[in-house]
Amino acid sequence: MLETLLSNMRLDLSVDFFEALKKYLPMSFTINALTVAPLVALCAALLGVTLVLKRYSMIGDGLSHVTFGTMTVATTLSLSPMYVSLPVTTLVAVWLLRGGKQKLKGDSAIAILSVSFLSLGYVVMNIFPPKGGNVSGDVCSILFGSTSIITLSHSDVILCIILAAIVLLFYLLFYKKIFAVTFDEDFARATGTRASAYNLLLAVITAVVIVLAVRLVGALLITALIVFPAQCGMRLFKSFRAVILSAAAISVCCAVAGILIAIVYSTPVGCTIVATELTAFLICVLIDFLKGGRKK
Amino acid sequence: MELLKFEDVSVGYESKPVAEHLSFTISEGDYLCIVGENGAGKSTLMKTLLSLKAPLSGKIRFENGLMRNEIGYLPQQTDIQRDFPATVWEVVSSGCLNRSGLRPFYTREQKETAAHWMQVLEIEALKKRSYRALSGGQQQRVLLARALCATRKMIVLDEPVAGLDPIVTADMYNLIKKINGDGITVVMVSHDLSAALSYASHILQIQHGSCFFGTIEQYRASEIGKFFLEKAGEGDA
Ligand SMILES: Nc1ncnc2c1ncn2[C@@H]1O[C@H](COP(=O)(O)OP(=O)(O)O)[C@@H](O)[C@H]1O
Ligand SMILES: [Mg+2]
Repeated sequence: MLETLLSNMRLDLSVDFFEALKKYLPMSFTINALTVAPLVALCAALLGVTLVLKRYSMIGDGLSHVTFGTMTVATTLSLSPMYVSLPVTTLVAVWLLRGGKQKLKGDSAIAILSVSFLSLGYVVMNIFPPKGGNVSGDVCSILFGSTSIITLSHSDVILCIILAAIVLLFYLLFYKKIFAVTFDEDFARATGTRASAYNLLLAVITAVVIVLAVRLVGALLITALIVFPAQCGMRLFKSFRAVILSAAAISVCCAVAGILIAIVYSTPVGCTIVATELTAFLICVLIDFLKGGRKK
Repeated sequence: MELLKFEDVSVGYESKPVAEHLSFTISEGDYLCIVGENGAGKSTLMKTLLSLKAPLSGKIRFENGLMRNEIGYLPQQTDIQRDFPATVWEVVSSGCLNRSGLRPFYTREQKETAAHWMQVLEIEALKKRSYRALSGGQQQRVLLARALCATRKMIVLDEPVAGLDPIVTADMYNLIKKINGDGITVVMVSHDLSAALSYASHILQIQHGSCFFGTIEQYRASEIGKFFLEKAGEGDA
């Protein structure tokens, strides 16, 4: 039983990790992946802290399914997925993150959008199957992140660097405001900070990062990029600044480790990154536990 | 000098009014105490004053160049989550933000303001502590320090002493009086009528049916005032 299992195993553990790295590292696809993955992970972690604290952990999931749905529609209509997904996802993000009173509250709204767009995407793909492709394979690659991260084009990489730079700049410039608006939106608003403008900006950036991240880890696993680093940081530190910085650092390390492991052992990229993030999270939980639990 | 003018204002939720036809004026240096039973709409009125909500009808005028970023605010209870990672310093200094425009860092003057109020409220020692690990009374003082950092002309306090022990309560009242003496206009919600009478200059009583606005002396002389003073056991005062 175990032997058949092992002989069927595709994972080749006999590969010498560092020997293999020496072989793959200079290749351009490795360099591209090692540029894009940490940048996307960094942006997701920064946004993640705010989103988790605003009780919007699942927004990544919802928005990524919106991206999935719109991507299939765009492919069917032979439009560029970027130009369709980005605006639609942004609109949805703005709608979800707008504060104030709303009939459809946070998590229900996200759940409804999430399943609707997921179904829409799958139905469209079945009715108009991609030429020469197999539906389940394509769906699988969008949901779990295909190998597309290692087939990134030069322009993808450039686009990613630019968007990441914008997100970083936004965080650097508005860090204090983001804190104030996340910590106590009413106070910020009452004392004259333009909270709705920051919420809008945050929504747009969230959408952009998620559309990017769908390429990286796939639509199903984006939540990991958003939630794990924030939760790690919150286990380790008690100040907002330390949580942000540690989340960013942890996220980047996990992304790099995940990519390297995935390339050397040919494991699925997205799932491998998620596995490294989960490992980091478990380590943080352990550290927190050893420190004597969360001292509130 | 008039700062805020309420003209026949009604406040409430989803077109269901909780307090109606309020007309009153807040002038520079006033110490206005707003009293009324639980659920009378005091907090709702404060949120309307701070433009967090729109009034259902009527008009609120900001007079003589009063700006929103010159008003500090101490909310009644906030929805701040229990697990929010923030140090006391981060919370207090965030009160200074409303005047820093697009500048990403605090100026030295802003840091000094924050340090000053932390000293006054005796929370310097907690500076690096985690906000969520503090006791209720300590959290209240941190939020008051934050409100004071945001204050230039006016401070709005919604039940600032709720949950504080008697000694700290007295300290708090004295501190608020002192701030008022320094020229800051105070608008305070309270249901402690006797404290209101000994500290405030004006009273707004929100009551279903009949509201009262006037100075302390006018309140003592009025029908409604006499009725409530008697109820509070201060009839002869
Ligand atoms: N978000 C809300 N939506 C609808 N009604 C509310 C809301 N908040 C408070 N109320 C109602 O408004 C009334 C006044 O509440 P509030 O202003 O908090 O009273 P107070 O501060 O005087 O105790 C109460 O009857 C309350 O039930
Ligand atoms: Mg109240």
